[in-house]
Amino acid sequence: MTDLYESQRAMRNMRKAAMQRGVIALLDIGTSKIACLVLRFDSPNGTDGEGSLAGHAAARVIGAATTRSRGVRFGEIDAMVETERAIRTAVQAAQKMANTRVDHVIACFSGAEPRSYGLDGAIELQGDQVTEADVGRVLASCEMPPIGHGREVLHAQPVNFALDHRSGLADPRGQSGSRLAVDMHLLTVDDAAVQNLIYCVRRCDLELAGIASSAYVSGISSLVEDEQELGAACVDMGGGATGVSIFMKKHLIYGDAVRLGGDHVTRDIAAGLQVPMAVAERIKTFHGGVHATGMDDREMIELGGNSGDWEKDRRQISRAELIGIMRPRVEEILEDVRAILDAAGFEHLPSQQIVLTGGASQIPGLDGLAARILGQNVRLGRPMRVQGLPQAATGAGFSSVVGLALFAAHPQDEWWDFELPIESLGGKSIRRAIRWFRDNW
Amino acid sequence: MRPVTRDPVRVSADHRGGMPARVYQRSRRNSSRDPAPSRLSFRLQRLWLTPMVRVLTRVGLPVLVVGAALAIWLGDAGRRDAVIAQYNAIKEKIEHRPEFMISLLKIDGAGPEVARAVRAMLPMTLPASSFDINLDAYRDTIRKLDAVADVSLVIRPGGTLEAKITQRVPVVLWRTPRGLEMLDDTGHRVATLITREARPSLPLIVGQGADQAVPQALRLIADAGPLLPRLRGLERVGERRWDLVLDHDQRIMLPDADPLGALDRILALNTAEGLLERDFTVIDFRNKDRPTIRLSADALAAFRQAQSDSLKARASQ
Repeated sequence: MTDLYESQRAMRNMRKAAMQRGVIALLDIGTSKIACLVLRFDSPNGTDGEGSLAGHAAARVIGAATTRSRGVRFGEIDAMVETERAIRTAVQAAQKMANTRVDHVIACFSGAEPRSYGLDGAIELQGDQVTEADVGRVLASCEMPPIGHGREVLHAQPVNFALDHRSGLADPRGQSGSRLAVDMHLLTVDDAAVQNLIYCVRRCDLELAGIASSAYVSGISSLVEDEQELGAACVDMGGGATGVSIFMKKHLIYGDAVRLGGDHVTRDIAAGLQVPMAVAERIKTFHGGVHATGMDDREMIELGGNSGDWEKDRRQISRAELIGIMRPRVEEILEDVRAILDAAGFEHLPSQQIVLTGGASQIPGLDGLAARILGQNVRLGRPMRVQGLPQAATGAGFSSVVGLALFAAHPQDEWWDFELPIESLGGKSIRRAIRWFRDNW
Repeated sequence: MRPVTRDPVRVSADHRGGMPARVYQRSRRNSSRDPAPSRLSFRLQRLWLTPMVRVLTRVGLPVLVVGAALAIWLGDAGRRDAVIAQYNAIKEKIEHRPEFMISLLKIDGAGPEVARAVRAMLPMTLPASSFDINLDAYRDTIRKLDAVADVSLVIRPGGTLEAKITQRVPVVLWRTPRGLEMLDDTGHRVATLITREARPSLPLIVGQGADQAVPQALRLIADAGPLLPRLRGLERVGERRWDLVLDHDQRIMLPDADPLGALDRILALNTAEGLLERDFTVIDFRNKDRPTIRLSADALAAFRQAQSDSLKARASQ
C-alpha cells in the first residue's frame, strides 16, 4: 500500500520534471498498434489555472508516430522483446518528427483486467476550515477493499466530497464545516502487467512518468463535456480488449474491460475463410460490416492467396458472407459490454449516453447494431482536437493516445497528490528511530 | 516475423504431381524486414537529438578538425615559409600592376635647384609601385628643405606623382660670421648667398639673433622711407634692439621698446630740423626721454669754435 503510494508519487515527480523540461512522450500500447505522441508544454507550469481546459492551450503535439504492435495480447505485454522493439520504433519516429529528445513517457494500456471499487471515508475536522492536510487525512481514512493478491492500484481519484450535510463538492478546501466525507474511485489492475510495462519502458532508456488505463483516457478524449458531466459510458473497442468507462460529474466512476476486440474479428475471418491474418485484416477494413443487405450478396470479394493452387487462389466470397462471419463476434463483444454496464448499474444514471470509439468502432453499421444491444443513445466518438495533432491521428483509433495528451495536460487529482497524514506514513520508522537512540545513547 | 528460409526460390510440387518446378515467388524480404531500430541505433539517435551534442557536433567538431588540420599542416617551418612567400608574391604582383605604378614625378611651383633637390630626395627610382612610397615621410623630407614653405603630394591617375611646392620668398639678407643667408619674412633661412651683389635689392641685417626679429626689421625698413637711400643695414644689438646703420659711419640707435615710434620721431625731427644732414656719428634714441647726438670730431671742433666765438663776441660787446 505504502509502496504503491511511493511509486506513484515518484511517477508524479517524474511528470513534474518532464513539465519543467517541457517535452513529454505519450505511449498507447495497444494490441494492434502502438501510438506515440510527443507533447510540448510552452509554459513550464502550463497545467496551472482554473477550469477544465486550463492546461489544454499550453500543450502542443509536435511529434506523432504509429507502428504495428508486436508481442501484445489482450492489451498486455506478451513477448517483451518484441514489444520493446515496437516501442522503440514508435518513439524513434515520433522523436524524429519532433526533432527533439524525449526522456519521459506516460503510457496507457487496455488490458490487465481492470476492476473498479467505490470507497468512502469520513473524518471529524480539527479546525474550522478544511485544509489540504484534512483532505489527505480523509483520503487515508478510506477503508481499503480487499483487492486481492497480485493487484495494484492504477487510479485512486476522489470523486465527491461531502461537508456536513452538503454533498457534491468538487473542492472542499477552505470551506468551513465539522465533518468531511469523501467518495473515492479505485481502479486496480493486475500487478504483473504493470511491472512488465514498467520494465519494458525502462529497457528503452525512457523514464515512466505515469500510467493510465486506456479505458479512462479514451473516455476523457471522446466524451464531450456535457456527457462527462451528466454521465455517459465510453466503449473503447481496441484490437485485443474493449475498455468500458463510465463518467459522471467529470470523474471516472467505473472502469472495466472485455478481453475481446477487433483482432478476434480478424481471427474469425482468417479461420472462416482460410486466409492469412494480414489478408483477413485487409478484407475486414475494406469490406467489413455488420448489416447485410441484398446488395451485399452481389458484391464479391477476391480472397487471393499464394498457395499456387488455382482453385484456392481464385476464391471469391460475397460481402454478405463476410458480414455473417463478423457479426456474431461483434455482437458477442457488445453483449459483454452490456453485461459490464448492467453490473455497473449504468441504467440508474440520469443520462444513458454511450459513445463508441477505438479502432474497431469504425466497422460500418456498428452504431445501428450497438443501438439494439446497448441502448438507443449510442453515437460514434472521435477524439477531441489537440493543438498540433496530425490529421492521420484524429481517427477513432487514436482516442486513447489523445486522451493521454489531455490527461497529461490536465491531470485529475489522485490520492497520491495529497500528503499522507504522519501517523500512517512514518509512525513506525519514527518509533524505530527513537528506540535506536535509546539503545545507543 | 522473419521467414525461416530467406531464399526466395522455392521448390514446390506441380499440382498435377509432375516434376517439382522452380516457382519464383515475390521476395518477402522487404515486407518482413524488422522495422524496429536496433538498441544501438535507437540510443545513437537519441544522443543525436540531444541539443548539446548536436551543437557540439555541428559546430565544435568541424572547427576542431579544421583547426587541428591547420595546426598540423602549419607545424612545419618550411610550409609556413612557403605560405608566406606565396602571399608575398601575390601581394607583389598586385602592387606592381600598371594601375598602381608611378612613372613620373611632376613638380609645380619650385625653382630648378629646389626641384632637383626634391627629385634627389625621392626614396626610390621611378617607375615604382604606389604602395612602396610613403607619402607622409616624403612630404616631411621635402618640408625639411629650407627653401620650401609647404608641399602637397598627390598621386594622379595615370601614374603621376604630383608635388605642389610653395617656395619661401627671400626678403632680407642676414650677414653672419659664416656667410650671407637669405631669410624669408618669418626669419626662416631660405638659402645661402655667396656675394651680396647677387641680390642687391634685398635689405641687409646683421647681428646675433637678427633672424628672430625679421618681421620687426621689415617693418622698420618699410617705415624708414626717406632714410632708405642712405641705409646700409640694420644691426641687432644684444639680441634685443636695432641699430640703423647709415653711410658715412652714421648710426641711429633705436630702443628695444617701440622702435617704430622712435623712428617716426627721428623722421619728424629730420623733416623739421634736418637732423640727418648734421655731421654726427650716433643718434642715440635708446632712452626716448633723453635722445642724444654724438657729433663727429670735426663737427665737435667746429661746434666748440662756434661756441667760443659767440662767447668772445658777447664778451667784446
